[in-house]
Amino acid sequence: MAAPRSAATRLFQNRAFLWLCLLATNLAVLALAILLVSILWQGWGSLDWDFLKSTASRKPENAGIIVPLWGSVWVCAICGLVALPLGVGTAIYLEEFARRTRFTRFVQTNILNLAGVPSIVYGILGLTAFARMFGAFGTGADTGVEFGDPEGLFYLRLPFGSSVLAGGLTLMLVILPIVIISTQEALRAIPPSLRAGALALGATTWQTVWGMTLPAAIPGIMTGSILAMSRAIGESAPLLVVGSALFILATPNNLMSDFSVLPLQIFNWAQRPQAGFHDLAASAIIVQLVVLLAFNGVAVFIRQRLQKPLQ
Amino acid sequence: MKPDTGTQAPTGSKSASHGIGGLPAPTVGHASAPAPAETAITVRRFSSWYGSFQALKNLDLDIPAQRVTAFIGPSGCGKSTFLRWINRMNDTIASARAEGMLELHGTDLLSKSLDVVELRRNVGMVFQKPNPFPKSIYDNVAFGPRLHKKYSRAELDQLVEQSLRQASIWNEVKDRLHASALSLSGGQQQRLCIARAIAVGPEVLLMDEPCSALDPKSTLAIEELIEALADRYTIVIVTHNMQQAARVSDQTAFFYEGALVEVGDTEKIFTTPRNKQTEDYVTGRFG
Repeated sequence: MAAPRSAATRLFQNRAFLWLCLLATNLAVLALAILLVSILWQGWGSLDWDFLKSTASRKPENAGIIVPLWGSVWVCAICGLVALPLGVGTAIYLEEFARRTRFTRFVQTNILNLAGVPSIVYGILGLTAFARMFGAFGTGADTGVEFGDPEGLFYLRLPFGSSVLAGGLTLMLVILPIVIISTQEALRAIPPSLRAGALALGATTWQTVWGMTLPAAIPGIMTGSILAMSRAIGESAPLLVVGSALFILATPNNLMSDFSVLPLQIFNWAQRPQAGFHDLAASAIIVQLVVLLAFNGVAVFIRQRLQKPLQ
Repeated sequence: MKPDTGTQAPTGSKSASHGIGGLPAPTVGHASAPAPAETAITVRRFSSWYGSFQALKNLDLDIPAQRVTAFIGPSGCGKSTFLRWINRMNDTIASARAEGMLELHGTDLLSKSLDVVELRRNVGMVFQKPNPFPKSIYDNVAFGPRLHKKYSRAELDQLVEQSLRQASIWNEVKDRLHASALSLSGGQQQRLCIARAIAVGPEVLLMDEPCSALDPKSTLAIEELIEALADRYTIVIVTHNMQQAARVSDQTAFFYEGALVEVGDTEKIFTTPRNKQTEDYVTGRFG
């Protein structure tokens, strides 16, 4: 038996630990605050309407972010439109339909592993599979097969090359495991007794999913998906590999357009020697942060809004 | 199963007007019920397994139509397992299998080709813990009917009201049909689940310890409801509460370690059981 511990010692330990935790928390908050203040300090001055609607330029005072802003919008829209149905569908299959077989366990393990793969690896995959299509339509940057008018909205070519479509699909690969896992978590949080209740009324598995499980899981699915989308907005490495441009003057006008994205523009400006570009990088970071916060805000809003009627 | 597959709940609103306080005092059992009832569910040499574990051993049992049959026995004796075979809820358990004969009005309930969806419409189930869907009271009751048929708004309104009346909960919820079902008390939730089960017009109602999560007052309300529903539905109730079995059932079956030890009129089981084990159990000497 250990010797009895005095109340004073234990109270001291309690207080010391409290202070340790407070210190850790405050350090994190302080670091974030310093970052935000310095970015705002540096970037606020050059952040104006002109900055938002100007294209890139060799002169800092004329440069703007319209091209990478639209590039981010196109790429993330493609990424979301493909990743959400695929991810939610996969999760529904694994959670609600599939029996626990060796195959589904194998798929499950791989999804978990894929979520931990560095995003640049997906960049290589995207380059090979989407941008070059394994060389199936010729080699190098030349176009193999074309459909439609290159200037029009409905233009498609194979391979996709360094296009918004290739970029969006590559980001889709990055966030797909995250969407699947968060959707699975949301579905698992639905009590099995509710599924049993629906099945006992004569619902098919599909009716149970569509009428009961999915509506109840929507807040969780939306939250997870939007957080995955904010990850996609911030990604730069895989897009760099796929061939996102660092200096272009035109916003995308179809799925095959060249593109740049906000994180890459920030990177580009930050490494320029002129101080004026460093301020622009700070301004672009503010824009990127606002977009991110808006996304997360929507996630919080949806969660609050949809969970209320259930309580 | 009957060929008649109309999803309309049985009509006639005599018992629908039974409020909680409007019921006659419950009598002890239905043992005095007149005229022997037709058999709804026939069970012969029925055994079932979870993997290599035999959960039920060679059951022989007749469950009469429009009567209340109670399954009693200690935990793990197979009562709930058997209940879940009658509406094939065991299909969701990969390792579950059964042998022997289990028929509802001559329809083989174990057949692989059986339409399980139609079976479950005809054989409703009420669970141990109230499990209302996280939807409005109205949508909870309308959920089942909507699965099987397209209804007009007016038809659905009528069906919902009728089901809630039958489940003796209409008066408590009629002013807040569109409030969340989760705002109801446990006892009200369980009656809502019963309303939900009868809204699809079943012939049989399976109840798996429907009162075990409820307080005595709510339990009384459910028991009175079972009394009222017995006119029209074949009810099978699993219970751990011997007094409850004695109060609500016409026939009682005593299960022990997967075997059916004794089955008979409730009055006989509780007053003059033939089997020593049954006697020990119903008098509270074990279990």
